[in-house]
Amino acid sequence: MKIDFPHHQFAHCESGVTTNLLNYHGFSCSEAMVFGIGAGLFFAYAPFIKLNHLPLTTFRTSPGAIFAKATKRLGVVVKREKFRDPLVAENRLDQLLAAGRPVGAQTGVYWLPFFPPAYRFHFNGHNLVVIGKVGDDYLISDPIFEETVRCPATDLRKARFAKGALAPKGKIYYIETMPQQFDLPKAVVAGIKEVCRGMLKTPIPMAGVSGIRLLARKLESWPAKLDEKQTLLHLGHVIRMQEEIGTGGGGFRFVYAAFLQEAAAVLNNDQLLELSNHCTGIGDLWRDFALLASRVCKGRATIQASFSELADLLRKCADEEQILFTRLQVAIK
Amino acid sequence: MKKEDVPQQPDLSEGCKVINYATDESGRYTLTQSAGWEVKDVALQQAWDAIDEQLKEIITVIKAGEKSPLAYHMIKNQMDPALLAQYSGIARWQVKRHLKPRVFNRLDTAALSPYLELFNLTIDQLRSVPEIPDTLRANLNKVEVEQ
Repeated sequence: MKIDFPHHQFAHCESGVTTNLLNYHGFSCSEAMVFGIGAGLFFAYAPFIKLNHLPLTTFRTSPGAIFAKATKRLGVVVKREKFRDPLVAENRLDQLLAAGRPVGAQTGVYWLPFFPPAYRFHFNGHNLVVIGKVGDDYLISDPIFEETVRCPATDLRKARFAKGALAPKGKIYYIETMPQQFDLPKAVVAGIKEVCRGMLKTPIPMAGVSGIRLLARKLESWPAKLDEKQTLLHLGHVIRMQEEIGTGGGGFRFVYAAFLQEAAAVLNNDQLLELSNHCTGIGDLWRDFALLASRVCKGRATIQASFSELADLLRKCADEEQILFTRLQVAIK
Repeated sequence: MKKEDVPQQPDLSEGCKVINYATDESGRYTLTQSAGWEVKDVALQQAWDAIDEQLKEIITVIKAGEKSPLAYHMIKNQMDPALLAQYSGIARWQVKRHLKPRVFNRLDTAALSPYLELFNLTIDQLRSVPEIPDTLRANLNKVEVEQ
């Protein structure tokens, strides 16, 4: 049994899943639009949360937030369920599929056999849509991949009940009812406001532009504080969080620039086009940072000199983002 | 990023292409497939190198009789005793005991079954360690060599 589901490949799993689900239910929109309305853009450096034993750097909001906020702002009614028992969770999924409903699920990446082996790490914030079942295989629309994929039930069970940080606990979600009409401009403005607030006004030093400056300070201290191996591992980890599968490049900054372009048309506001260009420039800056960082990791650049250059690049990103979001706040008033 | 600047450098992804956002000639954003970027690859290879190194160390330790083979499979699956405890349903202090060869060697199939199921291994596989680490990446490289 397979639901006729419009699968599209996108950059990021959660906004991709949300986009594909909304498209299926008759609201056609782009991934960038969903990412913008869902206020996905963020920055935080949280050294007390460890991923693969290394401090967490994130360029987006927490898993689940984009789906929750995008649907809420569009007036879409959604349902979420979590489970304790894997078998109950599987039966419920089968039941929903039998009723012809595509179901979003949070999973770990490590247990998914259709992922390229080299990408299989314990990261539990992945999202996909289950669109059918044939024998013991589930049919899956995973927006990271070009085509829909198959996944044995035993593997999906492990992935849905992956353990550790961000454990999904079998979480599934689906759209219950779509609204009669959408207030797109209102949703876009709400999304923009939240991102500006998150980047400029979060009252903790780890988040937003001050988070980027904190990372710059910490990064400068790594060569003195850690041994060479650990220093390079820490740096490599930042690159992975920024450029790895699912960011669309430049730590989501390009996806957000694409959103601002669309938002300019929705709000009939040409200032946003200019700000979109600015945001693209910031994405390019982040990529310069990743490029230099990778040269350091490969031993092509000396550590001490490069780390202050890297920190300066980060400060430049922070300064530019501060200007961008301050202007964005004014532009939508 | 401009469309023509989207990197196309094949990496560890086995030909699995990802979407990059880039601007076309008129400055509009388009979704463009990227075959990979060397910068990403460096970071990913580095993460696998770290796992490989840990595995090489633990193989020596196990051969010296200081740890049980369970330690190898735990690290191969990128786990520590806490995570392995959560996955197997065996208490953490028990998992730590099972890392001792003296305790591990006395365990029968029934006691080991949570590990076997989790790692998808036979009892002989669980009780042995390879000469060189066989990580997911190592398997990938092997396939390439065979081709």
